Amino acid sequence: MRYLPLTADDRAEMMARIGIASVDALFADIPKDKREGELPDLPRAKGELEVERQLARLAAKNVPAGSVPFFVGAGAYRHHVPASVDHLIQRSEFLTSYTPYQPEIAQGTLQYLFEFQTQVAELTGMEVANASMYDGSTAAAEAVLMAHRVTRRRKAVLAGNLHPHYRATIETVSRYADDAVAALAPVPAGGEDLLSAIDESVSCIVVQSPDVFGNLVDLKPIAAKAHAAGALLIAVFTEVVSLGLVEPPGAQGADIVVGEGQSIGNALNFGGPYVGLFATRPKFIRQMPGRLAGETVDAEGRRGFVLTLSTREQHIRREKATSNICTNSGLCALAFTIHMSLLGRTGLTRLARLNHASACDLAERLAAVPGVEVLNATFFNEFTIRVPGKAADVIERLAQKGVLGGVPYSRLAPKAGLDDLILVAATETTTEDDRAAYAAALKEVLA
Amino acid sequence: MNREGRGATAPTAGTAAQAPATFTGNRGLDLEEGLIFEIGRSEVTGVDIPEPPDFRARLGGLERKVAPDLPGLSEPEAMRHYVRLSRMNYGIDSGLFPLGSCTMKHNPRLNEKMARLAGFADIHPLQPVSTVQGALAVMTELSRYLLELTGMAAVALPPKAGAHGELCGMMAIKAAHLAADQGHRHVVVVPESAHGTNPATAASIGYEVRAIPARADGTVDVEAVKAALSPEVAALMLTNPNTCGLFEPDVVKIAAAVHEAGAYFYADGANFNAILGKVRIGDLGVDAMHINLHKTFSTPHGGGGPGAGPVVLSPALAPFAPVPCVVEHGGALTLVEDEGAAGAEAALGRMSAFHGQMGMFVRALAWMLSHGADGMRQASEDAVLSANYVRASLNDLMSVPFPDRPAMHEALFDDTWLAGTGISTLDVAKALIDEGYHPMTVYFPLVVHGAMLIEPTESESKASLDLFIATLRDLALAAKAGDTARFLGAPYYAPRRRLDETRAARAPVLRWLKSAPLGAAAE
Amino acid sequence: MTSVRYTKDHEYVRVDGAVAVVGISDYAQSQLGDVVFVELPDVGKTVEKGKEAAVVESVKAASEVYAPLSGEVVEVNAELEGNPGLVNTDAEGQGWFLKLKLADPAELDALMDADAYKAFLDTLG
Repeated sequence: MRYLPLTADDRAEMMARIGIASVDALFADIPKDKREGELPDLPRAKGELEVERQLARLAAKNVPAGSVPFFVGAGAYRHHVPASVDHLIQRSEFLTSYTPYQPEIAQGTLQYLFEFQTQVAELTGMEVANASMYDGSTAAAEAVLMAHRVTRRRKAVLAGNLHPHYRATIETVSRYADDAVAALAPVPAGGEDLLSAIDESVSCIVVQSPDVFGNLVDLKPIAAKAHAAGALLIAVFTEVVSLGLVEPPGAQGADIVVGEGQSIGNALNFGGPYVGLFATRPKFIRQMPGRLAGETVDAEGRRGFVLTLSTREQHIRREKATSNICTNSGLCALAFTIHMSLLGRTGLTRLARLNHASACDLAERLAAVPGVEVLNATFFNEFTIRVPGKAADVIERLAQKGVLGGVPYSRLAPKAGLDDLILVAATETTTEDDRAAYAAALKEVLA
Repeated sequence: MNREGRGATAPTAGTAAQAPATFTGNRGLDLEEGLIFEIGRSEVTGVDIPEPPDFRARLGGLERKVAPDLPGLSEPEAMRHYVRLSRMNYGIDSGLFPLGSCTMKHNPRLNEKMARLAGFADIHPLQPVSTVQGALAVMTELSRYLLELTGMAAVALPPKAGAHGELCGMMAIKAAHLAADQGHRHVVVVPESAHGTNPATAASIGYEVRAIPARADGTVDVEAVKAALSPEVAALMLTNPNTCGLFEPDVVKIAAAVHEAGAYFYADGANFNAILGKVRIGDLGVDAMHINLHKTFSTPHGGGGPGAGPVVLSPALAPFAPVPCVVEHGGALTLVEDEGAAGAEAALGRMSAFHGQMGMFVRALAWMLSHGADGMRQASEDAVLSANYVRASLNDLMSVPFPDRPAMHEALFDDTWLAGTGISTLDVAKALIDEGYHPMTVYFPLVVHGAMLIEPTESESKASLDLFIATLRDLALAAKAGDTARFLGAPYYAPRRRLDETRAARAPVLRWLKSAPLGAAAE
Repeated sequence: MTSVRYTKDHEYVRVDGAVAVVGISDYAQSQLGDVVFVELPDVGKTVEKGKEAAVVESVKAASEVYAPLSGEVVEVNAELEGNPGLVNTDAEGQGWFLKLKLADPAELDALMDADAYKAFLDTLG
């Protein structure tokens, strides 16, 4: 077996040193009647070529986004990732390293996490960010728990236009922690009344912008009302590229900002692994979940980095930890920070403009299709259209024509009674031909 | 005579101690590297992106007023920056990485190649299921392997890491109790030796944690479990093999006692690598266990993630698995994505957006297909054999707290052997760095004083193990001989000497700021 | 008249009239190592003897500090926020944690005086 270096002779010598005749002696504590005699009922070892063939066959049964006109978003976005990013994250010393518990030999990881934290703070307009969470949705759930700790209240209000998967993730954690959640009804065209949902019983209000339908939300009045009631504003985004063009939540008074970072550096991967971004204000640092890299000096006075404030974490605080989180998204955070370093301010701004322009063009083309209505007054790179009939059927028929035309809202929230809405995303990877093909196919499908 | 070329270099007199300081601070191939904020410039970009043709913006007055202060790097600068950073790191590919309870085994590159196939990497979680049948087949096949290896009834793939899997499993237990009108059960029993995530997870969903002590031989006493059980207890959380690296011999009796009391048995699967193909945890009475794909099934640790933590469930808990799950329907595979939908009537809810760590599923499946049933069992046997070999080769010089039982895939030492030397477990770890090794896990489990937990995994050759053993023996003899300098100042040869953690915690500098000069504490 | 008393959990209490100053003993700080943060209760909170009143953190550990006596928190040491190292340099002076208005001064009698505490420390080796 190509991954196992020990030979039969090696094993015999090692057993002799231990003083056993058979390796079974080492498993003596497993009750005899429970030990597996036969091998598990699974195929035997295979060479690389056979495994590659088998998996390539399965991969070939999927339709890659890059092979068709592609407009699917709703929390995960197809962007171009520079070739150097994937090369660098496969450096052995990044790929096969562990959590930097021994900082003297993990300065590479610690320094890029410090750089990542700074980038996330800059992007979101906040002062501090952690070293990443699993993804945007779990970061949002952790933000709610953090708000409960800060305010010592236990009721969250969720905007109706929060991504339904994020809402379900928050509701699930809250249900089992016996915390209250008030989730508002969706308002696809935007302009939700959030202010009247905030009162002094509320720990936090969770607002997404751009929201799940693509609308931009002015967070400033919500922040003001929340703060007057002693509550926190948790701002959520699922498309981090939007922060290149849209006023960041930090400049609008948010207390905690969380979001999905997949768009930068990371492939679609059928939903994971992604990278959750989490930023807040300095006064809340000690209530923050997740790992933090911090700057210090070594015994010779040279600058270096360590994991810090770890007394918040489970391996020290156990049942009193701020979160049970242990693993973060190290390698995805690395991909994010490399891609963001390549972009810089100039590249990010251009990327965001190109995304917005692509979506604006698409919105105009789709609005011109008979029977189609674009709901949004504002959007970044994703918007919502209303179609005659069931959106899910329209998407299926578009797929048969070789166009992946977006996400029926009913797939995310089957019980919402909004069966005629499609969330449509366009990015820099969408060409003019793609957008024309979509409009043409949609016209045919609806004809 | 016209001599061409030049003389060969040859070693000259002089030692490292006499090496002069360099202007750059670099030491040959040991290269210093600044922060991107010091080397990048905001007008530079390493990605060429065209300006769009004129268009009417639709941002409604919410334009960003101040562009983020993000430096850019050209591609050559970026390559150099990150390659230099990578060289300050230690990975499995660098050398033996005996970090106990973390299973730092070889990460096959075939797995990486497979995960990057466009058919896996470039598919969206919400594109029509008719266009992702191969992805759903990967999830189905991975599930089949995990169920066969554990003997359990169902598996929930969504959790994104081990601790997230624990949360999922414990929520399933709470859901089952609520469904059976047993919501008053509010206590979770956890041995003192447990990993910190166990009590943290239980507490995060409102359970009170009741700790039980370990026996003198490092295992859990079935009588202590029984004494802690009551009609208030919802579950026992137990790691098996346990954090001391031992298989719990009374696990079947413990499971029976837990079930007798109306509670569930949650197993922490952190140490699954010791028993793969040797025993099925379903046969031991376990109700739920998470599986760290990044440990047992070789998906890369990546500097601390991403992980993946599928949870296997017993028949009693299977109905409560979260959404989404894959089901077969009329010859095609489909996803049940909504709580309460057919096939997920009792689902506990949703753990996260989308369907779990697909990229990790592909890698783990590639590892399983490569090993096969025979290779997986061999891997476990080799991991256990290697740990016991290390223990047997060091137990005359280093103290073994629980010598009466065979170790599983980890060899645990305490610091009794260091008594009177003035050298601590931490110092031994730092001295190992100078010898070119990543240290073992130190000070965990907490129940052993000055613990050193060594997990060599199945990936080491005998020659590699022998050199590691010889190194530790040399260090042990040096410690006993009073050579404290080798330990107390260590590491001498790493990219950094010991770092000032007190300073980092007292005045946290968590981001770069223009106003904070190099090395100065901010604010 | 001031008198200092100690608990077996290494808190001290220095009583001055009806108000008691609470902190951790010099021995306790030496065992903790460098203190990096002290989490203090809100002023006005009522604490119960033997229950958690504060948390003191070193780099790698967090320890609960129990109220040696019951009472109401009337003041906390704001200096510790910016300079937690005071606990190390002057545990029983400037490194105090909080001041309590005692609910039951008689509880004081159950605590050790300086000599008894010293003898207790000797038994810990």
